[in-house]
Amino acid sequence: MNGGRPVRKHLVSLYVANNPGVINRVAQVFARRGFNIDSMVGSESHDPAFSHMNIVASGDERTLVQILKQLNRLVDVVHARDITGEDVIERELALIKVRCPPERRAEVLDIAHAFRGTVADLSETALVVQVTGRTEKVDALHRLLDRYGVVDVVRTGKVLMARGEEVT
Amino acid sequence: MAEAGGTLRCTGAQAVVRSLERQGVKHVFGLPGGAAIPLFDALVGSSIRLVQTRHEQGATHMADGFARACGEPGVVLVTSGPGATNTITGIFTAQMDSVPMVVITGQQAVGSLGMDSFQEADVSGIALPVVKHSYLVKNAADIPRVIREAFHLSRTGRPGPVLIDVPKDCSAASIEYRDDEAMRLPGYRVPDEIDGAAVEQAARLLAAARRPVLLVGHGVVISGAEAEVRAFAERMRIPVVNTLLGKGGFPETHPLSLGMLGMHGTAYANKAVADCDLIMSIGARWDDRITLDPARFCTGAVKIHVDIDPAEIGKVFAVDCAIVGDARAAVAALDRAGRPGDTADWIARVEAWRAAYPLRYDRRGGLKTQHVIDELYRLTGGRAVVVTDVGQHQMWAAQFYRTDERFHWISSGGAGTMGFGFPASIGAQLARPGELVCAIVGDGGFQMTFAELATAVTQKVPVKVIVSNNRYLGMVRQWQNLFWDNRLSGVDLAGNPDFVKLAESYGCRAFRIRRAADVRPVLEKALAYSDGPCVVDAEVVKEEDVFPMVPAGASLADMLIAPPRKGRGR
Repeated sequence: MNGGRPVRKHLVSLYVANNPGVINRVAQVFARRGFNIDSMVGSESHDPAFSHMNIVASGDERTLVQILKQLNRLVDVVHARDITGEDVIERELALIKVRCPPERRAEVLDIAHAFRGTVADLSETALVVQVTGRTEKVDALHRLLDRYGVVDVVRTGKVLMARGEEVT
Repeated sequence: MAEAGGTLRCTGAQAVVRSLERQGVKHVFGLPGGAAIPLFDALVGSSIRLVQTRHEQGATHMADGFARACGEPGVVLVTSGPGATNTITGIFTAQMDSVPMVVITGQQAVGSLGMDSFQEADVSGIALPVVKHSYLVKNAADIPRVIREAFHLSRTGRPGPVLIDVPKDCSAASIEYRDDEAMRLPGYRVPDEIDGAAVEQAARLLAAARRPVLLVGHGVVISGAEAEVRAFAERMRIPVVNTLLGKGGFPETHPLSLGMLGMHGTAYANKAVADCDLIMSIGARWDDRITLDPARFCTGAVKIHVDIDPAEIGKVFAVDCAIVGDARAAVAALDRAGRPGDTADWIARVEAWRAAYPLRYDRRGGLKTQHVIDELYRLTGGRAVVVTDVGQHQMWAAQFYRTDERFHWISSGGAGTMGFGFPASIGAQLARPGELVCAIVGDGGFQMTFAELATAVTQKVPVKVIVSNNRYLGMVRQWQNLFWDNRLSGVDLAGNPDFVKLAESYGCRAFRIRRAADVRPVLEKALAYSDGPCVVDAEVVKEEDVFPMVPAGASLADMLIAPPRKGRGR
């Protein structure tokens, strides 16, 4: 499909006009070139006429360059950049539901606390841990908790911001 | 409309028409329906001429032909639901060939959207992949700004179609007409400055080249860069090839012109491109009909790419030098910077190919489409605006009707839309009244949109419609014959109507060419008739193939100049 070129995850940051349908327009550029969108976060920016979108997508480098150009060609896209590997503030929030009878609760909580996780919900048989941080940290906690039986995970996807005074 | 206290109260529909008038629109192509009644009502008494069509697809091709014949956006007005979805093929056709077009669709009331209401289609969603941009109006007061934005987007930068969906409560609403609101296009940029360093680099590469070729594409025609390209090619002494849509960007009768390259290009154009050491594309996008297998296209040659759309740079393959910007400005800058290299030997070689491998056809053995086109070229002195459909006749027209002027060649290139040619010729004639417009179509494509004969007759457009009638989908038959062991499938058009009777039933003049000897006298009669449209049914031989041909996915070196030996396949 991609001529054997290596596939990797890319982090794309977009600043778009806050118009109906803008998500469709953006998603379509990825879909047309066979890129899978792993996560997509969209939110109104400081100026409500615009939105930030952060997209993690997998595919080869050369196609991604093409996709970025096609994204920038969209009338509603102010800018689209590949910020993979750039030094930006990156956070993700996850809610992880673990099957957890009372006798194992202390053990699970220990692990959660080691990751600065908090308890979002607690019942007789289950526990929901809320954790924030870089994607790798969330992944690590997810893996550890899976030994106890993770029932469900919901993640926000990456939320990004440039450091210093630079605007994302 | 009522003027009161310096402001103007009108309906949303009247605002649409008023804004169109302000954009200089003289023609609107379309067909009404329930949700578009307010919009059509507003046309009554306006300065805009409604060209009522028989089908919405026809309306879009007419608007497209209009735009390609004069450079101004063609405007389409249709109703919601099926009326709107019928425009999609025409919008796609315009998008693929960067044609400016504004399509206004009626829509159900805002409150009914998404409710599966009668004739409600999410047309702005459906059209998304094939428009430059689209709008769904939700507030009638936005109409003047939206229309201004739509025309701006449609005609600037790389042109393209823009769709505006207008719900009927917006077109019926009463608003204060204000057209002073600023455009809101923060994400829209048109490259305006040519990068001097890139121009310098290109000039150095050109000066060093011994076997350079200029590749002229549609961008030259769109930008109006013919004079600059010509001056540049003449001063630098560089042979010029053109794409199908680049016809008119550089005179094909010019001594430096090698005509069209690619799948059915001239042998000398393809040989020159296959052997060049530098190729500079101006306003073309390395389409697969010219590069065939991109990995084997001009592998040893330096590639320079001039394009206004940054997304085209590096899309097909990496190039050595890219100049992003308008073709006219870019070539003018190059002409200032360029120093002619020594191309004398190269031109001599190219001329030898031109002499050795001319385009040819055999006038014996039945009536040939090439003969009809060749004769049409002679009789019209090459001055007609030629509009084609898609298929074999299109390639023969590109080969044998040489184009010298901008806006004189109109053809669906990227989309390859059958059914395009005839309605597009109506639009072209309306854009260029008083000029000779000839549509060259096949019997297959003509039948897809011939309902517009009614439009041609009522509009009294004197287009000459020449039907190359071989009772086949000829190009597909050619492929099945050459590459599929002549296993013909779905290409025999048994059941064709009698095109002469068909045309006459619309009150249209019609002629027939049966034999080679008829060609000249019948064409003369058709060309002399100008009291409305006429149809010429040319009953050509059934099995004739277009050559030269480079098979899809091959390299230019694999070109077949003449039919392969019989036996295989036949």
